[in-house]
Amino acid sequence: MNKKHLEVVGKPRRRVDARAKVTGALRFADDLSLPRMLHCKLLRSPHPHAMVVSIDTAKAERHPGVHLVLTKKDFPVPFGIMPVAVDEFPLTDHARHVGDPVAAVVAMDEQTADFALGLLEVKYEKLKTISDPEEALNSPEPRIHEYGEQGNIHRNQSYEFGDVDEALAKSDHVFEDLFFYQGNTHLPMEQQATLANLEGDGKLLVTSSTQNPHYLHRQLARVLQIPEARIRVIATPNGGGFGGKCDPANHEMVVAKAALVLGRPVKIGLTREEVFYQHRGRHPVLMKMRTGVTKDGKLPAMHLQTLLDGGGYGSHGPASTFYTGVLTPVTYELPRFKFEACRTFTNKPACGPKRGHGTPQPRFGQEVQLDKIAEKLRMDPAELRLGMVTKANSLTANWLNVGSTALVQCINEVVARSDWKNKFGKMKEGRGVGLACSTYMCGAGLPIYWNKLPHSGVQLLLDRSGQVTVYCGATEIGQGSDDVLATIVAEVLGIDTGLVRCVTGDTGITPVDLGSYSSRVTIMMGNAAVQAAERVRAQLADAVAEKLEVLPDHLIFSGGKVFHPANADGISFREAVEMAEGKFGTIGAVGSYSPPRPPGRYKGSGVGPSPAYSFSACVVEVEVDPNTGWIEVPKIWIAHDIGRTLNPVLARGQVIGGVYMGLSEALMEEQAFRRLPEKLSSALVHKMPSMLEYKSLTALDMPDVDVALIEDPDPNCPFGAKEVGQGPLLPVMPALANAIFDAVGVRVDEIPVTPDKVLRALELKSKGLTPRVGPDHFPSVPYPEPVYVITPEEGGDGKESKKEERKRASAAVV
Amino acid sequence: MSAIPERVHLDYMVNGEPSPVSFAPYKTLLEVLREDLNLTGTKHGCELGECGACTVLLDGQPVLSCLVLALECGGRRIETIEGLARGPELHPLQAAFADFGGSQCGYCTPGVIMTAKALLDKDLNVTKEQIKEATAGNLCRCTGYLQITEAITDAARVMREEKRGEERK
Repeated sequence: MNKKHLEVVGKPRRRVDARAKVTGALRFADDLSLPRMLHCKLLRSPHPHAMVVSIDTAKAERHPGVHLVLTKKDFPVPFGIMPVAVDEFPLTDHARHVGDPVAAVVAMDEQTADFALGLLEVKYEKLKTISDPEEALNSPEPRIHEYGEQGNIHRNQSYEFGDVDEALAKSDHVFEDLFFYQGNTHLPMEQQATLANLEGDGKLLVTSSTQNPHYLHRQLARVLQIPEARIRVIATPNGGGFGGKCDPANHEMVVAKAALVLGRPVKIGLTREEVFYQHRGRHPVLMKMRTGVTKDGKLPAMHLQTLLDGGGYGSHGPASTFYTGVLTPVTYELPRFKFEACRTFTNKPACGPKRGHGTPQPRFGQEVQLDKIAEKLRMDPAELRLGMVTKANSLTANWLNVGSTALVQCINEVVARSDWKNKFGKMKEGRGVGLACSTYMCGAGLPIYWNKLPHSGVQLLLDRSGQVTVYCGATEIGQGSDDVLATIVAEVLGIDTGLVRCVTGDTGITPVDLGSYSSRVTIMMGNAAVQAAERVRAQLADAVAEKLEVLPDHLIFSGGKVFHPANADGISFREAVEMAEGKFGTIGAVGSYSPPRPPGRYKGSGVGPSPAYSFSACVVEVEVDPNTGWIEVPKIWIAHDIGRTLNPVLARGQVIGGVYMGLSEALMEEQAFRRLPEKLSSALVHKMPSMLEYKSLTALDMPDVDVALIEDPDPNCPFGAKEVGQGPLLPVMPALANAIFDAVGVRVDEIPVTPDKVLRALELKSKGLTPRVGPDHFPSVPYPEPVYVITPEEGGDGKESKKEERKRASAAVV
Repeated sequence: MSAIPERVHLDYMVNGEPSPVSFAPYKTLLEVLREDLNLTGTKHGCELGECGACTVLLDGQPVLSCLVLALECGGRRIETIEGLARGPELHPLQAAFADFGGSQCGYCTPGVIMTAKALLDKDLNVTKEQIKEATAGNLCRCTGYLQITEAITDAARVMREEKRGEERK
């Protein structure tokens, strides 16, 4: 029943939603309006850390045009995306950063709501501000939250996979390096917006620019204390997400509550400044890497310590903390691995998941350290990496299954295409190339809240018209998930994507999909779609086979027809559906997908497993002006192990978009803070909550990008297709830093790599000092006693070991 | 209290059609297009003139509609993304953005397409550098810009061919 060739998969096509996008017809959340709609504005704290003593709402409530004022007392129940970090109230009486919402006004229009915010009289009691992780470690009081490990430590953990000290002691060299990765934000072009109203059936409808309607649905039920079945969440197409619209947000809860109270539609659209306060972006991470190296360029062990600046709330922080380490052993062989991580609360907007979620930071560190190792061993950085890449289907020290990998091909591809061998170390002073690799998950192996239900569901409905409607809770955030869905269904049924209508991201009518995060949609939604489409195809085949008097298994679905190989005329797809409808009644099917059970059994092993991993390799070429430190990037080469390309136009777009975002982070993006002068308030404020001041690359700054998509179909993925949305961002930052070393012989061990840092390093070099700019110390962090796990290689069972077993295991190795 | 009227009435000319509209006088062109004329194809990304998402053409010139006072636009020629397609047929710029992946999330797309239209209306023989320079004020977080530049380059080619075809007639 299989076709010889793929007909839709791999062919360049206009995405299914392209027309709506280029005509301006696509409706984003803020494009929606309803009769009698009211507008909401949030009052945000001007203090980084303060208790709200009282709010006098009387004047605002009396103001003409104001319909409702809400404060903390209207929201007794907290929320949070992770069950272990339910620490936010839609409106708070404990402001944890400048911009934390403390009250809301609902009025006839935005102008009136905005004016009435000024009529609210709020008395604050200011608290000491905790501005960075070191201060958080040194200041257990005042606590930003009443939960967490201790003081202002939110999460603190330690894992040891095999005896790392022993392996380091036996290594020929031990490299110890400190790296810092500054925080940055998603900066989606679309500011978040939400519209809430009561539908005709009395149910609450919340239409929002969210990446995760399912999680929002659950959190709304929790906060509003009404059954989930009485709430419907529609995720509008997101005008960019990048992780910033994953968390359920205050403004979503507030307008939902207001619509319930008033019985009228209530809408909110955040201003650009507010988007910077909503944040949930890249964590600033300080890293210490102690890595053992053999003289022939292997890594027997690594001890990685990370310290995260979490900002004012938990957000995805517990997962982010794990992600600053758990994927490190997937890229290169690392028989023993110790990973300690600590996330602190600080009085800044909460950090969370941004494209690559927690992994770009340690990836930057390891790839720059490898460059230093190659230099010391006098090895080519590409050769060094080729000698240590992980093997397909091997288990890492921390019990992750590598699955399929084409990293070797990726490295070879960028080395060849960039003419690496004639460039590295051989270009004129000021010009250089750098190389780096990376790994990313194709979807998190476990859901955010514990359950054994499918991660993605897809439903198909067909009728005698020949149209195919596919329902799925996945969210189109610009990445092309609707096109992936249509592509897969069309391929299985042998039809054109034009016959497929996608209905997605609506908890009222689509099966649950966990959301557009962790690069999970292509794999999980895709596998569910394959199952549903194959079930429908079987029904159609039964009906057609009966008519043609052949065996169903012999029928081929191709080119909009169903036929037997002996007679290619066959019958049209439309007729096939009609026959099936006649034989079986209404035609439809469901499919669902759950990832395979991961091999790790220790507590904490749930973060990191994935049905498959993507791999990327990247070469960046730079030109550095030694007088100004200015960095030009003429070209970037990238190869991405995509498994299989579903639509090359979109896949290439994801790769280039990832490279762009990575380069922009590498060179300039910073979510940075400063203290206001004392006479103002000394408040810790965002340095630049505007798109003009928060620098990002423009069309003029963007270099040429050479993209190689390496196809090595993965058996766990639909048609073998792995993720492409996040992986290609990861190697760009370290490749840039490494290229700068090749160009001018200085190390900038922190991101962003800005001209002033390059210049400072060049000055150090000219004075004969160590030409390095980067963090100079790692504070003393009270990491706990490590959870010890024997590695697969050393005969472990995937569970945490007791001390005596640990001794036995190391004795066996000795 | 003051002589400022609650609403003003102006005769706009939007996408070649007379469009009389009443609006509060403090509004920007962006707000009037979106809120009073229901032309939500024009997007906002910052409302401070930083991102280019709200670009429309005013008498053929690209402007940031978030920085234009709506009161100033009476009788002037306003072009928005909604007026670009030729009936059911996409404008070559729209077709090229769809074919080359110039639009991912689609939020910056109307603004950048209008910027490109102004550029190509002036000169169809544009270089890649000119395209990059013209669109440098339109931020995009998805595409990495390359596919936008490719799309505009190809649209210019198609429009040059169309023009030659018309001249031959």
